Amino acid sequence: MEKLKRFLNIIYILWIRQIKRYFRSRARVISALAQPLLFLVALGFGFNSIFMQAGKGNYIEFLAPGVIAMTVVFTAVFSGVEVISDRQFGFLKETLVAPVPRSAIMAGRTLGGATVAVIQGVIVFIASLFVGFHPNLTGEIPVTLLFMFLIGIFSTAFGTAVGSVLQDMQAFPLVINFLFMPMFFISGALFPLENLPKIINYIAVFNPLSYGIDGIRTMLTGSELARFSLMSDFLVMGVFSLALIFAGAYLFSKIEA
Amino acid sequence: MEIIQVKNLVKKFNGFTAVDGINFSIDEGEIFGFLGPNGAGKTTTIRIFTTLTKPTSGQVLINGYDPIKDPDKVRSSFGIVFQDPSLDEELTAYENMEFHGIFYNVPRPTLKQRIEDLLKFVEIWDRRDYLVKTFSGGMKRRLEIARSFLHHPKILFLDEPTLGLDPQTRDHIWRYIKDLNKKEGITVFLTTHYMEEAERVVDDLAIIDHGKIIARGTPEEIKAKTNKTSLEDAFLVLTGRSLRDEESNGIDNLRIHKRLWKS
Repeated sequence: MEKLKRFLNIIYILWIRQIKRYFRSRARVISALAQPLLFLVALGFGFNSIFMQAGKGNYIEFLAPGVIAMTVVFTAVFSGVEVISDRQFGFLKETLVAPVPRSAIMAGRTLGGATVAVIQGVIVFIASLFVGFHPNLTGEIPVTLLFMFLIGIFSTAFGTAVGSVLQDMQAFPLVINFLFMPMFFISGALFPLENLPKIINYIAVFNPLSYGIDGIRTMLTGSELARFSLMSDFLVMGVFSLALIFAGAYLFSKIEA
Repeated sequence: MEIIQVKNLVKKFNGFTAVDGINFSIDEGEIFGFLGPNGAGKTTTIRIFTTLTKPTSGQVLINGYDPIKDPDKVRSSFGIVFQDPSLDEELTAYENMEFHGIFYNVPRPTLKQRIEDLLKFVEIWDRRDYLVKTFSGGMKRRLEIARSFLHHPKILFLDEPTLGLDPQTRDHIWRYIKDLNKKEGITVFLTTHYMEEAERVVDDLAIIDHGKIIARGTPEEIKAKTNKTSLEDAFLVLTGRSLRDEESNGIDNLRIHKRLWKS
């Protein structure tokens, strides 16, 4: 009991640290908002007429859930750079010489990163309402948040794993873009995959982000745009998140400051 | 009682021997100086003591615990001020202290009081709600010293605590350390390049060079042994006058290797 309380205390203080750092950096909040909005406006209006002609309805309705998911994914995965910056600023050493299990540090980091990403996602969701997104909120808001959170956990753990292995701040965004951009493009976030070559659809089935984004889309726009059942969305995303947490925790535990 | 015991400690990195079979022990409550030129093995030794690096061979006991077998017991026994800053600059001074307190399991009710006492002691209580990135180098150092004492450690490791600070701050820092050593009975293990400071502060010292301990005793004994009037001259006699380049230590070498071949 005492041990559990201590574990939770450690997770809490790491979590609150990330929230504080996030809200103190106004530049981060605003710039992280700018890119998704640009995507929404540029792609949303740019491709809308083609999308309409193809008989798929309003493109913004399809795109908005994808862009919200994109916000969560990229905010979360880039939070992994904090492992490297903590190492460069020396703060990582402070945490590594403390009598604290590395798994608690990893858990706190991941929860903090995911929470910040979800907050960012909610801000973009609200912004999307002003650009013409009309969500069909039949689903429960908490379930939508749950999917955002799972995507956040998955991506933060992924970023932490990469940040634990790399020591180079400049290399981090390059590596992440190299690994995550393809995963993101074939996730069905920006365009429907049905009419694409079969091979891409096969690959997409193994892409965990496909499920997370499908979950968010189902919750926000209803089931006609869904590709998988909500349950499989949840299970696949949950299993992948857990796997990534363990992988991230393992790599993080190998760090030498 | 011997609070630190070291037996035949060896650390090798890719064929480079950073620490070459050192033996010594330190009595509880003393201020111990660990002196040596750049690249002599000081930082590597501290890293082994503080569980950050595993030794190649040999035995270490910190407060009676083995850093490999009982890392958490060892970690609770010491506080450390690293050579480079280790604060979260985006947090306030108070938040940095609070974070440390939670990490070291300082009970909530006493934590507040302890933080207040220590921040007042190092004279940054008035700036407690300022972000650390607005602090000068000296203030950051003072904050780190306060933080390292927060959890009532039995041993304090100080790796070059006064490097790059002005004389006023250096004077203050040594005063804090001596005071705390007296008041709380903490054993202090420090490294420094400033011999006149070491001479003023330490009770006992060892000089390490090329990974080996080449002298051991009180500053007076070492001066007598070398027939010199200052510790600085004695140090130069013992370690030679040839220039040591800012050699990277073993860990740095390892990192460079890794960077070149792995990632």
